[in-house]
Amino acid sequence: MSLIGEKGVRRILSITAFSAISALLLIALFILTEGLPFIFRYGLHDFLLESDWDPQTGKFGIFPMVAASLWVTFGAMVVGAPLGVAGAIFLSEFVPKSVMRVVKPTIELLAAIPSVVYGFIGVMVLAPLIRTQLGGPGLSLLAASIILGIMILPTVISISIDSIQAVPQSYREGSLALGATTWQTIHMVTVKAAKSGIIASIILGMGRAIGETMAVIMVAGNSVRIPESPLDSVRSLTANIALEMSYATGLHRQALFATGVILFVGIIILNSIAIVALRKRVYKK
Amino acid sequence: MDAKFDIQDLNVYWDGNLLLKKVTLRIPSCQILGVIGPAGSGKTTFIRSLDRMNELEPGFKMEGRILLDGEDIYAPGYDAVTLRKKVGMVFALPVALPMSIYENIVYGPRLAGIRNHDQLGGLVEQSLQAAFMWDEVKDRLEMSGLRLSGGQQQRLCLARVLAMEPEVILLDEPCSGLDPISTAKIEEALTALKKKYTIILVTNNTKQAARIADQTAFFLMGELIEIGPTDRIFTAPIHKQTDDYVTGRFG
Repeated sequence: MSLIGEKGVRRILSITAFSAISALLLIALFILTEGLPFIFRYGLHDFLLESDWDPQTGKFGIFPMVAASLWVTFGAMVVGAPLGVAGAIFLSEFVPKSVMRVVKPTIELLAAIPSVVYGFIGVMVLAPLIRTQLGGPGLSLLAASIILGIMILPTVISISIDSIQAVPQSYREGSLALGATTWQTIHMVTVKAAKSGIIASIILGMGRAIGETMAVIMVAGNSVRIPESPLDSVRSLTANIALEMSYATGLHRQALFATGVILFVGIIILNSIAIVALRKRVYKK
Repeated sequence: MDAKFDIQDLNVYWDGNLLLKKVTLRIPSCQILGVIGPAGSGKTTFIRSLDRMNELEPGFKMEGRILLDGEDIYAPGYDAVTLRKKVGMVFALPVALPMSIYENIVYGPRLAGIRNHDQLGGLVEQSLQAAFMWDEVKDRLEMSGLRLSGGQQQRLCLARVLAMEPEVILLDEPCSGLDPISTAKIEEALTALKKKYTIILVTNNTKQAARIADQTAFFLMGELIEIGPTDRIFTAPIHKQTDDYVTGRFG
């Protein structure tokens, strides 16, 4: 202790803290310097909204991938949000606290499963099931949506539970004392009061889904096209970067970085919305 | 006089601890019953037994009978939701529901199935007037109830109970966090309301019971020590403990 001293500890800690922030800044700087020049040269409009992606002939329209990413994220939300919110309501309002103390960490453990394992299950179980039951190639938008929907569950459930539990007990009692049933109290008071937190949980889940790469590459099929049905094979923005980065050079490489910029901006927007929603929850008490 | 509530040999346990011991009393209608006693004497447990709020917490057990108009409210077929529509409750902490003043008041009536807009509007005015706060808020019914002051929120809580047109109003230390002026307004409202309703008022403030209760019950350590007309409880109590408490020698 005497060797380093109070000030020394403080300095060391501040260096470690700032190194995390500077890592973020460096990554942002790196992606932006690599990607932005391309966007300016090629034109944001052509880059985002043209559907031709053919690096050999110099065509870099990422619209199919943007559409795929949006659809996959939307699909994950359709699968994950209702399950997650319903699960959170059930766990926080109907289950004894002791059970909850076991179940919640277990659900959070879902987040610890590597995404490649989710992908593996998708390939081995889900895709064949979709192929035989619904047709199409199996590796599809639908498969990716379902897998991602499950992957965002821990985020949605755990943040929703936190915000439902942050609703003061007095709201529930007030409502019950006015002759409301448990269910009326939940949907007219508890969920309403926890609304911003629940929305934030879904948005954070969307951020996770849009950024997920490995599981999506494995189950989505990866063909570059604008999806016309949930059974189509699609390629997301993340998958596009991961699949082509290893051999891309020159303009192609820059185009992939520019794709990264688009993702980066999208996720920052989603997370900022979620942070604002969560902060609103705190102010509302 | 007709008893609204008839409570017979009520024992209440919480996690195995006996919180109320053999409480037996009759509560007449259209009166204010003041319930006094030091902290931990079982007042709140008692009042929460009357609209079955206790059973919302795990670990609660009760014995004995509570009859409302001759019907056992803990009988297996008796619906707690129906009971709570008849027996309204105002809590110690003034907490408006997280919605507008208007919505706070029509919450109960809507649940009871009233959809008619005019009828709801009438109820809002009527109950806010009965809670002596119509003039303060009539121009801002759309404002969030959470933005009212503590005293106003508590009167809003009273108003929303009144809007359900209950038969009994339970108040659990409704003025514990309020300033003297808000307290006076609530007391004024209660005095006016007892013509129509049976009111049970738990209070830590013995003077409040002395001011507005018709009858007063004194609880100590989970037992009902004494109940009688307020004048007598405060001037000529039978039990020494009651005398000590109301004269401020302990508690």
